[in-house]
Amino acid sequence: MQRKNWILSMTVVLLTAFVIGGRVNNTFAATPSDKPASEVAVKIDNFSFSPATITVSAGTTIRWTNRDDIPHTVVSDDKTTFKSKVLDTDEQFTYTFTKPGTYSYFCSIHPKMTAKVVVQ
Amino acid sequence: MKNTNRHQGVGSAISDEMLHDHNHDGIDRRGFLKCMAWAGTGAFCVIKGGVLNSYSLSGFPFGGHEHKGELSFVQISDSHMGFDKAANPDVVGTLKAAIDKINALPVAPAFILHTGDISHLSKPGEFDTVDQLLKAASTKDIFFVPGEHDVLNDEGKQYLERYGKGTQGAGWYSFDKNGVHFVGLVNVMNLKAGGLGSLGGEQLEWLEKDVKHLSKSTPIVVFAHIPLWSVYPEWGWGTDDSAQALSYLKPFSSVTVLNGHIHQTMQKVEGNVTFHTAQSTAFPQPKPGQAPSPGPMKVPADQLRTLLGITDVNQVHGKHALAVIDSNLG
Repeated sequence: MQRKNWILSMTVVLLTAFVIGGRVNNTFAATPSDKPASEVAVKIDNFSFSPATITVSAGTTIRWTNRDDIPHTVVSDDKTTFKSKVLDTDEQFTYTFTKPGTYSYFCSIHPKMTAKVVVQ
Repeated sequence: MKNTNRHQGVGSAISDEMLHDHNHDGIDRRGFLKCMAWAGTGAFCVIKGGVLNSYSLSGFPFGGHEHKGELSFVQISDSHMGFDKAANPDVVGTLKAAIDKINALPVAPAFILHTGDISHLSKPGEFDTVDQLLKAASTKDIFFVPGEHDVLNDEGKQYLERYGKGTQGAGWYSFDKNGVHFVGLVNVMNLKAGGLGSLGGEQLEWLEKDVKHLSKSTPIVVFAHIPLWSVYPEWGWGTDDSAQALSYLKPFSSVTVLNGHIHQTMQKVEGNVTFHTAQSTAFPQPKPGQAPSPGPMKVPADQLRTLLGITDVNQVHGKHALAVIDSNLG
């Protein structure tokens, strides 16, 4: 088991390094030590959240912007942690993640649209 | 996103009528698909992946073929009042055109079914506009079910206040007209992450009881916003628990399921059940999988009204099944 976990950890590290190395200017690459309590953008476009998984440090605010011609929402799977009003084209929603954890969310109008925020 | 494939396909033997006659040969042929699309000049049919598409190429009148059915009604859907993007900046104009089409039908419909997405953003003014426009329709009898755009922000409270009088739960109900049993279902509430449309346990229980007492020869029309069959789950075009609802309807000799949501016509016949989706009065959406997403499809202005329309449904004397006729606004 321990070995398996180690391999998994290394894979995550390598993948993270790959992402950071390959997309230097992406806000995704902001590391916890660089920019504590920053703001990060998630785009809603073509009926999907982008990036679909985003990793941020505790205290980070995420700002979702709807770029579709159709309204969407941003709602945590439990429907209570965070829940936006309906967002028409170009409207935004922000939420600040204070506690580490994985927060899965979706669009309650188009529930096939799912994504998650990983807070470290 | 320009739809260039619309008129591809196989020209079928043309009938003036799309009539799914389940009892024609006395055999239940599950999965058997039959396409007979109403059209003045012709019909194109495409059968793909078990799903049948039919396109009517012209509107009413149908060369003097008039219905002498026992019951005639119209389905309209997805008016998306408030939508103002490039795919159709004039949803008021196209809803008016749909109402004109209804008023020009050779046989005045007994009533209108609106299968949801009345509004685009659930704003009171949007509902008011639709209500106002519908006053011009030849029939004042209009039955609604909500689309997901009608229940935004308030869990459907406003929808129920406006349209839910005498309904159960989130707005489901049934009624009888001319011996046909109509059931309006709500599958846009309490949607779960990763899921499709949902009816929920309470509504399913109600449906089972609602149809239990009916004679098995009673024609049934079920209408709901999101398709009650699996059109394209990848885009959310289906309902998670529709199979259970359909199991209660299986014993009946004629079941017609009318849906909206996907802004294009599709039909499928499965045993005694005919599934049909209606065009929108507001904007077209792409065919399943033929665009990166199911968002509004932009087409040249002169083509828009050929992709919007109404659906006329007739119960023809002596037939169990209902004749379903699509007519575009072009």
